Amino acid sequence: MYAVPGMYSSCGIYPSDIALHPDAASKENGMGTHLPSTEFDGTAVDDQREADAEAVLGEPAAQMVQLLGPDGKLGTDPVFSDYADKLTPEDLRGLYADMAAIRRFDVEATALQRQGQLALWPPLTGQEAAQIGSGRASQPQDYIFPTYREHGVALTRNVDLAELLRQFRGVSNGGWNPKDTNFHLYTLVLAAQTLHAVGYAMGIQRDQKLAAASDAAGKQPDAAVIAYFGDGASSEGDVHESMVFASSYKAPVVFFCQNNHWAISVPTNVQSRVPLSNRAKGYGFPGIRVDGNDVIAVHAVTEWALEHARQGKGPVLIEAFTYRVGAHTTADDPTKYRQSSEEDAWRAKDPLARLEKYLRAEGLADDAYFAKVKADGDELAAYVRRTAHDLEDPDIRQAFANVYKEAHPLVAEELAWFEEYSAGFAGGEEYAGQVEEAGH
Amino acid sequence: MTTMTIAKAINEGLRATLAANPKSLLMGEDIGPLGGVYRVTDGLIGEFGPDRVVDTPLAESGIIGTAIGLALRGYSPVCEIQFDGFVFPGFNQITTQLAKIHARSNGNLSVPVVIRIPYGGGIGSIEHHSESPEALFAHTAGLRIITPSNPHDAYWMIQQAVECQDPVIVFEPKRRYWLKGDVDVETPGPSEDPFKAHVLREGTDATIVAYGPLVPVALAAANAAEEDGRSVEVIDLRSISPIDFDTVTASVQKTGRLIVTHEAPTFGGIGGEIAARISERAFHSLEAPVIRVGGFHMPYPVAKVEEDYLPDIDRILEALDRALSY
Repeated sequence: MYAVPGMYSSCGIYPSDIALHPDAASKENGMGTHLPSTEFDGTAVDDQREADAEAVLGEPAAQMVQLLGPDGKLGTDPVFSDYADKLTPEDLRGLYADMAAIRRFDVEATALQRQGQLALWPPLTGQEAAQIGSGRASQPQDYIFPTYREHGVALTRNVDLAELLRQFRGVSNGGWNPKDTNFHLYTLVLAAQTLHAVGYAMGIQRDQKLAAASDAAGKQPDAAVIAYFGDGASSEGDVHESMVFASSYKAPVVFFCQNNHWAISVPTNVQSRVPLSNRAKGYGFPGIRVDGNDVIAVHAVTEWALEHARQGKGPVLIEAFTYRVGAHTTADDPTKYRQSSEEDAWRAKDPLARLEKYLRAEGLADDAYFAKVKADGDELAAYVRRTAHDLEDPDIRQAFANVYKEAHPLVAEELAWFEEYSAGFAGGEEYAGQVEEAGH
Repeated sequence: MTTMTIAKAINEGLRATLAANPKSLLMGEDIGPLGGVYRVTDGLIGEFGPDRVVDTPLAESGIIGTAIGLALRGYSPVCEIQFDGFVFPGFNQITTQLAKIHARSNGNLSVPVVIRIPYGGGIGSIEHHSESPEALFAHTAGLRIITPSNPHDAYWMIQQAVECQDPVIVFEPKRRYWLKGDVDVETPGPSEDPFKAHVLREGTDATIVAYGPLVPVALAAANAAEEDGRSVEVIDLRSISPIDFDTVTASVQKTGRLIVTHEAPTFGGIGGEIAARISERAFHSLEAPVIRVGGFHMPYPVAKVEEDYLPDIDRILEALDRALSY
């Protein structure tokens, strides 16, 4: 269901309409619209919501970490510049190439859905820096629990991107083996995976103790877990419970919240009246808001957080402040609930454009490099399109086989019935598929 | 052979599991120094430490969800849900995640989590402490559900649940926790397969299928019927998912009459599933309709009237009379 323009602002359930911001309504009226707004200020931190935080918490919210601004100029940060400085020119070009590749992939997948090749597609455009920056900060021994939009993180974990399409084409509910890449299956029930991430991290803690006790040779490198979720899912109870458990047991987990400002049609200020990163304080671990469109800052902050977790210092919450430039999924229509001017303002903060400016200004990449990136992207898109077309339909016998790991008499009985029933059609005609015809 | 209560048998079964499997661990509310509200985990934290016997925050979704994560990392968590009526905050994790991960990973992942749930009424407790929600879980493919009725089964079934590669919910008949019986800790004997039903008493006139807390009631009803010259077979179902229909079918083919009893409401319950399957498998053997004796279609009633709600010997005998009147 879509929001009806004005239905929220007129009934006044948005926090911006009440109590804290008597001027919010007049601002909206000034814009000549009743559409909800995310109240961004167009440059960096959302001043209005920072004021909210100060009003509620009695102290100012932490500043957003930003190193590479929309103008392509690299700033400094007392903690995170050290991490950014570790990135070589090759690393920076790689981050750009990854972001460009995943954006091209996203365009292709969206096109495949429009052409009826996929049932649905959740696009990531706009969130490339948040995903590539954080994914590239992870180590092979780390384990990643995504939502269903982390296509960019999948790329950094070397998941074959064509495999991502299986779920959206209806041939599998997974497609890749998480054990190969430490990149878990997509989880569609919002925030359920945040608890799995904490449990997995609790397992890492126990593995470390078992290894220490057995004095085993060939010690494994310390590992951590990243749990991805969004601003909408942050309202789910499982996020709360996962943060309680993680804090209580000091589990090595990084909560990576991509605040893309819209949970389908509902803006972030319905989910939270304070910056999401501030919530970490209530659980007793660090919370950092980072410019989610700044791949260098995201990489630096995530690397810091993963180190913190791996060293046994406990969890970290990162709020990547970004924007879903496209629709929630291909079944969505953002014109119903937000202004195109808002989208335009965020396009001006594009993560790829700012890194391109920086690479060119510093002489780290030239026209030939960007032409190569584009050609590589087109090649990836062609590969994905070709592979999607070639995906074979599965056999329902595989579904029977995977309900349980151990033999199960009911499944065996129903499969046997199905085989016998199917065999009855050998050489004959099936009525299945004729229902629609008969109905008309 | 040792004599012990069901609660003690589960305690000993968990102790044996923790000792044998270094990747096994217990998780739940108040299961540490207190030993659980029913003392089923009594003493275990002292022997195995807080990393193996984990007092969790008070959050059922959190318990199940983190257990799933531990299982993905190679651990075998055994979760205690404090009471039947409190499993529902974890229902989402159980049904959308735990039950489906093996299937949705195309068999690549398995999550051998065990969930222990004390269930059933008859203890005069307050609301949410006396329910029998097993059918809600039995309806979900991917889960296995077992329920012991005696100490020997309790000792072995909890260990077999942990060894199983699939998720298993163990419904523990809380009003029988203090029921004593012989336990052979050397060998499971006839209890080797936790998913097989047991014929506890042979008969020729009718079959009563029961499980968990109603098994002693069914046996008592059969003994009472014998005084009236009726020969009644009693089956302890033991496993609710899968159900051992072969054993039930063979019995009905012999007796021609079937009564299924459970504390859970009859509507949409396990008894209805058994009735439907048996009508398909043994239609020509049936001399009477399958009769269900269970709870009514109402929220579990207050303690002062629960005796009117719970199946007892008289209600089972009344059903037996009806079955024999055909």
